Amino acid sequence: MNSTLASGELVQLFGHFMMLSLLSIGGAMATAPEMHRYLVVDRGWLSDAEFTSAVALAQASPGPNVLFVPVLGFQAAGSTGAVAALVGILLPSTLLSLTVSRWGTRRRDTLQVRAFTTGLAPVTVALIFVAAWVLAQPYLGGVSHLPGFFGLVGLTVVAMLTTAMSPIWLICAGALVGAIGWI
Amino acid sequence: MIQVSVPSQRLQILPNDPRQADPAPQATPRSPTELFIAFTLLALQGFGGVLAVAQRELVDRRGWLTREEFLDTYSLAQLLPGPNVVNMALMLGDRYFGWRGALASLAGMLLAPLLIVIALAAGYRHLADNAAVTGALRGMGAVAVGLMLAMGLKMLAPLRRNPMGPWVCMLIAAATVLLVGVWRVPLVWALPGIGITSWWIARTLLARQERDA
Repeated sequence: MNSTLASGELVQLFGHFMMLSLLSIGGAMATAPEMHRYLVVDRGWLSDAEFTSAVALAQASPGPNVLFVPVLGFQAAGSTGAVAALVGILLPSTLLSLTVSRWGTRRRDTLQVRAFTTGLAPVTVALIFVAAWVLAQPYLGGVSHLPGFFGLVGLTVVAMLTTAMSPIWLICAGALVGAIGWI
Repeated sequence: MIQVSVPSQRLQILPNDPRQADPAPQATPRSPTELFIAFTLLALQGFGGVLAVAQRELVDRRGWLTREEFLDTYSLAQLLPGPNVVNMALMLGDRYFGWRGALASLAGMLLAPLLIVIALAAGYRHLADNAAVTGALRGMGAVAVGLMLAMGLKMLAPLRRNPMGPWVCMLIAAATVLLVGVWRVPLVWALPGIGITSWWIARTLLARQERDA
C-alpha cells in the first residue's frame, strides 16, 4: 500500500492538509472527519480500517495526538507521505500561533489582552475536566473492571497532588496492571 | 537572556493553600538544547495526551512556569488552530530563545514520538491481537484519565484568584461543560463563541474594577 501516490498527488495532499491546519481549532483531531472524507471517500488513498488504525495507533503511542496525521500520510505514500502530511498540518498553524503569541506578549498589559487571559481561564479549566470525562468513557460502559479503573485513577490523582514523582512511573504501573488483566 | 536557576528548590512546589499566590517561576531553560531535551522527555511520557505531563514537568518539576502562566499560555494555545500542546511548546520556546527556541521545542515534542509511531505503524498487525498489549494500553489510558483529572484540580487554584470572581468563573465553566461536554458542539464553533463572550465579560468587569479603584 506504500508509495502509491504520484508526486502531483503528494502536492495535493500537502495543500489540503495546509488548509485543514487553519481549521484545526481544538487540535488536529477536530479535522479528522474532513480528513476521512478526503482520504477515504473522495480520493480512495486509504481504506476505512487503515484510517481507524492510524488514529488508534497515535493514541496508543507516546506524544501529541496530532501524530495520527503523519501515520495517515505514511499509509497513503510511505515516508514522503508522512513528512508531507505532518508539515502540511503544522506549518500554517505554527506561523499563526507564533505571530499571535508575539503580538499578545508585546501587549500583555493592555485591557484587551488581560481580559483575554482572565476570561479564557475558566473555559480552559472546564475543557480539561471535559477531556478527563471523555477519556474515561471507554472504561465506564462495557466490560472493563471498574475497581481496577477507579483504583488507578485514584492512585494517579493522589500521587500527582501529594508527591513530585514523574508521571512515567504511574504509566508503567498502569501498563503492568492492564497487562495482567485487572482493568 | 536571564539565566536564573535554583535547582535546590525545584521540587518544592506542591499544592498547599490554593489561595496563596504561586511563587514566580524559579528557573528558565539555559539553552535550546535543554528545551529540546525537556520536550522530548515529556512527549515520551505522554500516553493518552501530553498536556497533563507538560504541566507536571514544566510547572511542578522544572519550575519554568507558574500555574497562572501555564494556564494563560495554554488558553491562547488552544484557541488558535493547530495541536494545543504543540502550539504551547512553540510559544514557550519562542519566549525564551526566539526562532531557535521555537524550533527546538517543536522538534523535541515531535521527533522521537514520530519515529516511534511510524515504527509501530510498520509493525502494528503483530501487536493488535495480543491480549497483554491491549490490556497494558487500557491501563495506561486509565492513568491518563487520572493525570488529566489531577491537572484540572491543580488549575482550580489560579482560578480562585481570577479577577472575575468565583461565581462568574463557575458560570462560564458550566456553560463550557454544557456546550462541549454535554451537547458536544464542535470546538471550532464552541470555542470562538464562548471565547468572545467570556472575553467581553472579563473586559467589562476589569474596566469597572479599574474605574472603581
